[in-house]
Amino acid sequence: MSQFAINLIFVGGSFALYIAIAIWARAGSTKEFYVAGGGVNPVMNGMATAADWMSAASFISMAGLIAAGGYANSTFLMGWTGGYVLLAMLLAPYLRKFGKFTVPEFIGDRFYSKNARFVAVACLIIASVTYVIGQMTGAGVAFSRFLEVESDTGLIIAAVIVFLYAVMGGMKGITYTQVAQYVVLIIAYTIPAVFISLQLTGNFLPPLGLFSEHIESGMPLLQKLDMVVRDLGFTDYTGDVSNKLNMVLFTLSLMIGTAGLPHVIIRFFTVPKVSDARWSAGWALVFIALLYLTAPAVASMARLNLLTTIYPAGTTADAIEYAQRPDWIKNWETTGLIKFDDKNSDGRIQLYNDKSESFKQTATERGWNGNELTVNNDILVLANPEIANLPGWVIGLIAAGGLAAALSTAAGLLLAISSAVSHDLIKGSINPNISEKGELRAARISMAVAIVIATWLGMNPPGFAAQTVALAFGIAAASIFPALMMGIFSKRVNNKGAIAGMLAGLLSTVLYIFLYLGWFFIPGTATFANTPDNWLFGSMGYGISPLSFGAIGAMINFAVAFAVSSATEAPPKHIQELVESVRYPKGAGAATDH
Amino acid sequence: MTEHDSNAAAYWSANLRLIVGCLIVWALVSYGGGILFRPLLAGISVGGTDLGFWFAQQGSILTFIVLIFFYAWRMNTLDKEFGLNEE
Repeated sequence: MSQFAINLIFVGGSFALYIAIAIWARAGSTKEFYVAGGGVNPVMNGMATAADWMSAASFISMAGLIAAGGYANSTFLMGWTGGYVLLAMLLAPYLRKFGKFTVPEFIGDRFYSKNARFVAVACLIIASVTYVIGQMTGAGVAFSRFLEVESDTGLIIAAVIVFLYAVMGGMKGITYTQVAQYVVLIIAYTIPAVFISLQLTGNFLPPLGLFSEHIESGMPLLQKLDMVVRDLGFTDYTGDVSNKLNMVLFTLSLMIGTAGLPHVIIRFFTVPKVSDARWSAGWALVFIALLYLTAPAVASMARLNLLTTIYPAGTTADAIEYAQRPDWIKNWETTGLIKFDDKNSDGRIQLYNDKSESFKQTATERGWNGNELTVNNDILVLANPEIANLPGWVIGLIAAGGLAAALSTAAGLLLAISSAVSHDLIKGSINPNISEKGELRAARISMAVAIVIATWLGMNPPGFAAQTVALAFGIAAASIFPALMMGIFSKRVNNKGAIAGMLAGLLSTVLYIFLYLGWFFIPGTATFANTPDNWLFGSMGYGISPLSFGAIGAMINFAVAFAVSSATEAPPKHIQELVESVRYPKGAGAATDH
Repeated sequence: MTEHDSNAAAYWSANLRLIVGCLIVWALVSYGGGILFRPLLAGISVGGTDLGFWFAQQGSILTFIVLIFFYAWRMNTLDKEFGLNEE
């Protein structure tokens, strides 16, 4: 059977499963549409949250980022998991107790202000839409490589599948498909990792293999990797970072941003009780950790495998001849994600760090004329089974897994967007007397419109797609998270303080990002060059990257909100009682509309 | 202050103490062990590298899981002790 047929069976089979679930889990009421009826088992919800959270970025890109950056990119591992500790202790149980359908609804009620609710809706929509673009393009890449269709055709197929289960089933359909998608994606991620760990270290558990002996050389794997990358002019894989301030702030921004992403928070509205919300956060992190503990092993092993493929006789010997290159390089060359340019015309592939000043001399001595192989970080996980010569069915599995990761996150984001439109804007403001049936119809229509817009953006990705992820996390960290936390932990913060805080956090973060990445991301409009020396405190060697500013934005939000609140009147008594009531689990009913 | 109010206030301050304790550990393993104190932990070698690297890529995630389950278990017990649980 051809590889194409195998891929088709795996992807087609998983899609058939999602559609079957969609037909079974149709939503009949707004409560089912927004919070899956509020009766989801906490372990199941943990699994659905894991799929909801782990996007194309986690599945496809993260291991590649760590492989390229080594220790320095551990920030993604800590940042994207540590947020769950904040979620479990500072937000999820209380918002579950509050018992309504959306995140802006809490902000609107707690700060007794329609304007606060609008600001929250705006933040939610900007953060979620920018995030959804990445999912759609990720799905497009997976389709074009594995099913040999045009990226746009692949996107439309993906959109139709999401449309079927998200519009029909709402949160209910999404929850159960996410559970299935989690199973598909975690199997797809771990199986190749286990094989590769066995091949390289003899240990079948990748997180242990990472710290084991490399069979071929008899050295510890990480030491061997450090040696190989050093020989090619790269910095040590395990080498330390000098700008610790930026590393701390970037990790903190990712953590706060994770806890503030509305599509993750609303998953905790679906469990029956406050105590379930606490357990569920723990289960979510267990399921996420299965991938996140494996990813660093995949990263280091794939990097070593890649370099030994290029230098089969060792880094001090000649590189592989282009004519002898393995099939996987040929396969990926057709997608343009691997590029070869024979700069010294010797017919061999020299892969090394041509940006290192200290390595220039060695390179010249060896007759190298610049790095000749450009490998996109994103292909590492997808090409992993081919690099390690694994059987064809593993490749089919990876294709289904990558799509599961992209589609599950896209569906969660689309639900967050559509519930903000139908519940917060239409029911909350434009037409408060809308009937249950009418609201359900409005929710379905806004979901459909959101899918069309997301698909269009996926087909015509703005050139700044990569930077916008920074924007999504920055906004969630600087605006949504602090507002929610103050709403629960302070009785003193009032409507004026909350709105001023959210706007100050949001604007300062967006301003800092635009200053370095270009105004509205339009190329060439950046006020300052985006280099570490130019960043705030850059002259001292402690520059704060625009991607790390979310944490500072959050601090500005807190400071402004407290300052403005203490200068103005205290919130009315019934609001203080509302704060009391979310703090104590007693009397939590199911999520309600009223 | 009524008896109910003081009970509720005691519950809330117990929750806050628990959160602060958990977040200290949360910060120590990630920002401490994984980032800031890595040079201090350089002497402790773990499989070809040092303890700080292990904390950054494995240890902090494992600790986060333990922290959330510990918090959930403690809070669910406190809910019952203070008579503020849902049933």
